Amino acid sequence: MVPTEINGQAAIPYKGVGKHRPEGRKFAPRIATCIDYPDDGDKRVPTLKDALIKSGLKDGMVISTHHHFRNGDLIANQIFDIAHELGVKNLIWVPSASFECHVPLIKYLEDGTIHHIEGSMNGSLGKFTSHGKMKGVGILRSHGGRYQAIQDGEVQIDIAVIAAPTADPFGNATGDRGPAACGLLGFALADSQYADKVIVVSDTIVPFPCVPWQIQGNYVDYVVEVDKVGIPEKIVSGTTEVTKSPDRLLLAEMTAQFCDEVGIIRDGFSFQAGAGGTALSIGIYFSEMLRARGMKARFARGGSNKYLVKMLEEGLTDFILDGQTFDLEGVRSMRENWNHLNTSPFTSYNYHGKGNFASMIDVVILGATEVDVSFNANVVSHSDGLLLHGIGGWQNCLASKCVILPIPLFRDRIPVILDEVTTICGPGELIDVIVTERGIAVNPKRKDLLKKLNGSKLPIKTIEELKAEAEKICGKPAKPKFTDKIVAAVKWVDGTVIDVVRQIAE
Amino acid sequence: MAKKIQIATAGNNDAKVRSDCFVSVEITTSGGLQIDLKSKVKVLFGESILKLTNDIFKFYGIKNAKIAIDDRGALPFTLSARMESAIKQLIDNDLEFLPEMINENNYKSSKESFRFSRLYLPGNTPSMMINAGIHNPNGIILDLEDSVAPAKKAEAQLLVRNALRQVDFYKAERMVRINQIPKGLDDLKYIVPHNVHLLLVPKCESGDQIKLLDKEIEKIKKQHKVKTPIYYMPIIESALGVEKAFEIAAASENVVSLAIGLEDLTADLGVKRTADANESFYARTRLVNACKAVGIQPIDSVFSDVGDMDALAKNVKISKSLGFEGMGCIHPRQIKVIHDNYAPETDEIEKAKKIVNAFIEATEKGLGVVSLGTKMIDPPVVKRAQKIIDLSISLGLISKDWRTENAE
Repeated sequence: MVPTEINGQAAIPYKGVGKHRPEGRKFAPRIATCIDYPDDGDKRVPTLKDALIKSGLKDGMVISTHHHFRNGDLIANQIFDIAHELGVKNLIWVPSASFECHVPLIKYLEDGTIHHIEGSMNGSLGKFTSHGKMKGVGILRSHGGRYQAIQDGEVQIDIAVIAAPTADPFGNATGDRGPAACGLLGFALADSQYADKVIVVSDTIVPFPCVPWQIQGNYVDYVVEVDKVGIPEKIVSGTTEVTKSPDRLLLAEMTAQFCDEVGIIRDGFSFQAGAGGTALSIGIYFSEMLRARGMKARFARGGSNKYLVKMLEEGLTDFILDGQTFDLEGVRSMRENWNHLNTSPFTSYNYHGKGNFASMIDVVILGATEVDVSFNANVVSHSDGLLLHGIGGWQNCLASKCVILPIPLFRDRIPVILDEVTTICGPGELIDVIVTERGIAVNPKRKDLLKKLNGSKLPIKTIEELKAEAEKICGKPAKPKFTDKIVAAVKWVDGTVIDVVRQIAE
Repeated sequence: MAKKIQIATAGNNDAKVRSDCFVSVEITTSGGLQIDLKSKVKVLFGESILKLTNDIFKFYGIKNAKIAIDDRGALPFTLSARMESAIKQLIDNDLEFLPEMINENNYKSSKESFRFSRLYLPGNTPSMMINAGIHNPNGIILDLEDSVAPAKKAEAQLLVRNALRQVDFYKAERMVRINQIPKGLDDLKYIVPHNVHLLLVPKCESGDQIKLLDKEIEKIKKQHKVKTPIYYMPIIESALGVEKAFEIAAASENVVSLAIGLEDLTADLGVKRTADANESFYARTRLVNACKAVGIQPIDSVFSDVGDMDALAKNVKISKSLGFEGMGCIHPRQIKVIHDNYAPETDEIEKAKKIVNAFIEATEKGLGVVSLGTKMIDPPVVKRAQKIIDLSISLGLISKDWRTENAE
């Protein structure tokens, strides 16, 4: 069902969990020599344009950026403004994620400056893609999948532009300080290691050495100083708050209680919860349980925020393994606390490595736009067929020992549990529990969990029962109509293609 | 069919509105039904919304009309209530387009049901109704009174009616707050036939109002062959009401509790409502006394600071100590706090167990006097202890076999 060739490149269809075995050696960038770099270590060039020209920007190149500045990114758009000005065409943009601030790039997708996006197509970019307007086929990858693809050479980056809150003239860079502080720069690690040319852009250039050197200058070709690298209030919004919605709080409470009943909450356990309001509340319920019992977690993984920092400082967890920092408290803690560690998609998620952290976590709490009766889940498109989100670390987190999706049974009138998801992003065999406000469904494969729930007061139901309950309230939804044209491919963590997104029929 | 107005509208479509719709209808003389549907769920439910629209207009015999629907994910019970409401502004027709009564809604209530918590739901806001039951309040109140704007009263009646038939409140007691009597009597025909369990009667000031209600309800019950009782919870919200509390409590066997509404009461008294509530101490104790005299439940006013759960817990403890047996909620998060704090405390239960045990043992031994240690226990003390035990059993705090389980 999925194509074996995408954008002129061979593609391997998904084979199942743990079935695809890669061969060969990792990709390697060209060997560099000190002959070409200044002995005084000063790699500064006056402007981003100069750096891009010196890097040999030309038609068809692969350009990468990271998303640690989230919706406050000021650099990605400038790269393509310059490319457009220079008349360069058919670029492939490889961001680690896209945001609404990247909407201005739609004009470059329309005029051919950008051929297609490999990474994520969120919001307006997703709609643009869904309507079949992008020249090439978009590629959706998880954070770990992006590292894997770059490491394996599926994506060969010509120029990586790494926006950094603080850097030195040699190219050492850090995210934990500076006006645009964003915590860490882990998403740019692969770019620095494997791109042909690497440009570091910052508004805060300190004399050598910039420490900690989250990005090592030895990978860097050029350093550019700009007035402003990002919009701080949009980088760390500070608005990530626990939910006040009674329905979501109920979901969080049920999830925490579930974890307790099946024995997940114990001294030395580990967990990962996202930055959404429900996930944050679950962390707070975990904290209450740990505090009351005098226990603590060994580590909490994921995006850090003030709630996780509070747990660390209160001694309710030994470590935070941070993948991206969501608020200023997280940034402060990373700077000050040795037990607040910065991680990368290499350490946490890369499937083509000698293990990764994700599979060691006791419980992970994730979201989904849709789930089906086989527990397959979708995170990239909505039930109306529109592509609207990226995968993030979601697929990688499915490796955890227990994967729980707390989701409302229906959103407005849209049921969340279907016969078949619109787009498969994660196979059902890896998804253990669906928590809804009207009942909890445990994957029948998890007999161990079901056994522990004997006599539970929680509303344990089958996934079919939950689906029927939603349809009774909402009605049975019609299916969206698509054309045959493939507009995006969804990669699995091992680089195979697990599903595709088709163009919406107008 | 006399035309009343040209274009009728119903529903809500403000920017933040969810699970609702705004319908505008103009009856025309030709061109059939021209339906302009805007919906955020059009891909998934567009066909089903169009079918429902056609069914309703056919039901009312309207062949030609311009219909605009701005849908924000409304469920069918809302869509049909809004359309019926618009249609009824345009034509005189008493027919009701009734959605199916779902099986889940056919449960009964009883006079003695716990009424620790009852969750207020604005009667014209469907989004708040849909998930109300999942928070497990003892009762839900679909409110037709103060939370509904005067211009929206008629459409709220239809929405509440449809909600009573279609929304599963998961075994919560099904309550409706009608408007003040006599205006509230107009609400009854939309409620009484649809398995309402209890009516809240606002700003009640006399037993005669209750008798009027009894009479009107009997009429409608007969007409619709309703057999189950419909209970009342009159709300005392004025100085006069307080003075008449006993009269109101005793006015009908259907009165199962009295509630106090402190916002209006303090306004009537011309005093400021304070956190300590000393200004309403007399009113509250008077109400409790009237209820106990008749053998019904006294219910306390709502606590309006929804963010402060500690203050709520303190408030409930005081309320319980005065004899109240429940409180209104305006936010689902208040429910658990209210339940936990009205429920008997552990030491209370332990003491009651000892007393009841002593009583049973004394009876078994044929002793006339019950004593615990060196203390004599009077019959009323035993009665109160038995009440606490019964309550604890029904709340699941102790097993109904607590005596045998404790025997080892």
